[in-house]
Amino acid sequence: MHEEHGISIWFFIGSLLVIYGLIIVIASLPALFSPAANPHIVLAHLHAGLWWGALMLLLGIFYVVMYWPAKKHERPS
Amino acid sequence: MMPLCSSMLSVLLASSSLISLGWADVLIIVIYFAMVLGIGYYLSRYTKTGDDFFLAGRKMTMWIAGLAFISANLGSLELMGWAASAYQYGILATHWYWIGAIPAMLFLAIVMMPFYYISRTHSVPGYLKLRFGESARMLAAISFALMTILMSGVNMFSMALVMKVIIGWDINFSIWVSSITVLVYVVLGGLLSAMFNEVLQFVLIWAGALLVPIIGLMEVGGWKGMVARIHENFPHGDYTHLWSTLGHFKDNPMGIHWTGIVFGLGFIISFGYWTTDFLVVQRVLSAKDLRSAKMAPIIGSAFKMLVPFIVILPGLIGLAVMPGLVGQDQAAATGQPSYNEILPLMMARYLGPGLLGLGITALIAGFMSGMAGNITAFSTVWTYDIYKPIHLAITGQEVDDRHYVRMGRWATIVGIVVSIGTAYLVEHAASIMDYVQALFSFFIAPLFGTVILGMLWKRATPAGGFWGLLAGTASSIGMWVWVRVDPRALSIIAGSPDAKAMAEDMYRALWSWLICVAVTVIVSLATRPKPEVELVGLVRGCTEIPSEGHLPLVKRPIFWAAVVFIAFLILQVIFW
Repeated sequence: MHEEHGISIWFFIGSLLVIYGLIIVIASLPALFSPAANPHIVLAHLHAGLWWGALMLLLGIFYVVMYWPAKKHERPS
Repeated sequence: MMPLCSSMLSVLLASSSLISLGWADVLIIVIYFAMVLGIGYYLSRYTKTGDDFFLAGRKMTMWIAGLAFISANLGSLELMGWAASAYQYGILATHWYWIGAIPAMLFLAIVMMPFYYISRTHSVPGYLKLRFGESARMLAAISFALMTILMSGVNMFSMALVMKVIIGWDINFSIWVSSITVLVYVVLGGLLSAMFNEVLQFVLIWAGALLVPIIGLMEVGGWKGMVARIHENFPHGDYTHLWSTLGHFKDNPMGIHWTGIVFGLGFIISFGYWTTDFLVVQRVLSAKDLRSAKMAPIIGSAFKMLVPFIVILPGLIGLAVMPGLVGQDQAAATGQPSYNEILPLMMARYLGPGLLGLGITALIAGFMSGMAGNITAFSTVWTYDIYKPIHLAITGQEVDDRHYVRMGRWATIVGIVVSIGTAYLVEHAASIMDYVQALFSFFIAPLFGTVILGMLWKRATPAGGFWGLLAGTASSIGMWVWVRVDPRALSIIAGSPDAKAMAEDMYRALWSWLICVAVTVIVSLATRPKPEVELVGLVRGCTEIPSEGHLPLVKRPIFWAAVVFIAFLILQVIFW
């Protein structure tokens, strides 16, 4: 976090989590409809990609909204 | 541009022996590189003065300084190496994260940080200059600059090798792409850019690595299920107790005694690294005020305590679900998988499309945060502790701040070029890697002896500081050479014929520290001390430390240090 000005590091992190969350959710969808899509993955039936991607997406949205550059906010200390 | 893009993609998508990447994985890696470069470009507008470039303007919050502090240490070789050590030695590897880190980080925060911060030094060698004079500063600065840059090259080559083994990337591609990326964002934004990216990299490391132990524990039936399977696979070894097997060198797979862990690792090596290695201390010096500077290592220590969850646990789960992995030499001879790749093997076992890219990105992020840490520390020490005094001695005149910022940028470029050169040197003579790593260990323990006496003992003199540091370093080198010439020397240094290689580092550090302290004390008592007025802001007893009595309890660093230390003690008992 740069103190006096500029975009918060948490905004960058939130943005990246949103993008990554979306990519992981999309990449994990085929396995939901075709259980044999990733035969080498242990416990593939848990669909870890879907819920982990969704979790990242939600966390990312939270940080993007909290630290949106146009919004005046407290320092994240 | 197209041929370059297509050739890059072909390298990224190259097939490999361990892992193959899909479109989502590649996209995640490419976006990561774009993001760190974008952050560097964005922050370049805020990097104008020397303080901006070398100390991020001394405006960092405790959270940024604390996370960057821990991230600069969390290199990918650290992640891969300790996961492999956990497979080799079991839970004993956790000592490097707990007793080998937590007490030292808390000591830095509470005892040493006030002197570093109040003295307004730019670096650890800079503190030595203020306390002991130019000779001690030059000795520490030259050895640190040289070792840091060589270590950076060694790490670079190791990482490129790992990427080749795991995902089939060409070694040249890995070296050049990662180096140029770090070069661009550090030259543009200096320490500010490096620290911002380290925080980003810290989050990515956790996001990419956390799923492996979670799914792994689900597979083996929780902690108890994992322990039962390890005992089933290895009935004659104890891989799951932290302290109970350290009564004798023969009772544990590491061949070490608890005195080596407590005094060698927990006291000397750990305190030496965490309190005097400028690579990590630089992050804390960038804090906006003394309370933030004290809180940063405490925040870092809390996260450090959790790192075994993503590093050690995958190694232990590997012992439960993948018995039979072998050491590197045997793997090279027989073609069997090596436990050195246990972390990527576990990623390949549990992570599907996209998640795998995130896991690989975590490794790349770890590598880049470690490299940026080395490079920023090098450029600061080079500029302020080597170039500036020499320039001043030759020209006899001070130059403006912009001159040093330009020099810092050039030092960054030259540092990365030397690192790349070292990486290629290691490629053609692998034994250099062992020598460089050994060289690095020579300076850490004596430097801690010099700094701690300088901070806590008013009577320590400039001559004592210099000769103690020199004697400690020389004795460390001497012991290392002695063991190479006559391997039986290890039993004398460690005090047992059953001691193994790992014990050598611990006891060599302990002896070199003791020699450094003894020489410093003897020479100091025989030479004239500095007047107390020159020690203000540098030494305990001559420095007024701002009181925190007016702060509520939850805002006092000492309170949080106590919380972390109690958690640390509880963990020792749980995993005893």
